[in-house]
Amino acid sequence: MNDLKLYCDTQKLASLRGFLNNTLQQTNLNEIEIHQLILAVEEVCANMIIHSHSCDPDTYINLKTEINDNTIIFEIKDMGKGFNLLEYQEPELDEVVKTKRKGGLGIMLVKKIMDKIEFESNGVKNTCRLIKELKSK
Amino acid sequence: MLKIENIDQTDHMVLQLSGEIDASNSVDLDAAIQDMISRGAKKILVDGSQLEYISSAGLGVFMSYLEEFHEKDIQIVIYGLLEKVHQVFVILGLDKLITIKNNQQDALEAML
Repeated sequence: MNDLKLYCDTQKLASLRGFLNNTLQQTNLNEIEIHQLILAVEEVCANMIIHSHSCDPDTYINLKTEINDNTIIFEIKDMGKGFNLLEYQEPELDEVVKTKRKGGLGIMLVKKIMDKIEFESNGVKNTCRLIKELKSK
Repeated sequence: MLKIENIDQTDHMVLQLSGEIDASNSVDLDAAIQDMISRGAKKILVDGSQLEYISSAGLGVFMSYLEEFHEKDIQIVIYGLLEKVHQVFVILGLDKLITIKNNQQDALEAML
């Protein structure tokens, strides 16, 4: 199990990618699959950093990765208002183009890449779990 | 790390992207595209052969200009993407909205 304390600064996203890459090298996923998982986890973290924490570098989120035989679980915890991915209604692509909005694509990517997303919050502490099922060999 | 280089050719402009685009630097991509539009670009070739990573922040920049490109009759083609990066465009269906070619030759031909 690997943990990362990520301070809420978008400049830290590169180190998040480095951490995830090191962790995922322990699996037998190929380069493209690893790339997509890194992307999905980063999208969620970037969202939290920007929208839940307003890029306040004194605050942080915690990421824990758990690699099992059949699944990889990314558990992201933070304190604060929380961002529930499951309730977020992502826009249609043509709406993104028409309204020239720059957001919305990230959550779309996460939902397409991950097999399962869980979110729980007690109002203070939020936990988001991203689950990827591994193909059995 | 992201490096953006702009190369003006006689009838088109090349935007060379090297490194990684994420939420920390997507504004630089935005500024580079804005600059090309303001300089009157009509054909933009994006060299993505050294682009190692692009998150939704960068993809969103391209998407946000599609209407303007259309209105101003600006052609844009992305070429040379690494397969792992190309797949990200495919996952979102962006390859249906923006022309993506294997190499510069194909990209230039797509603009004729």
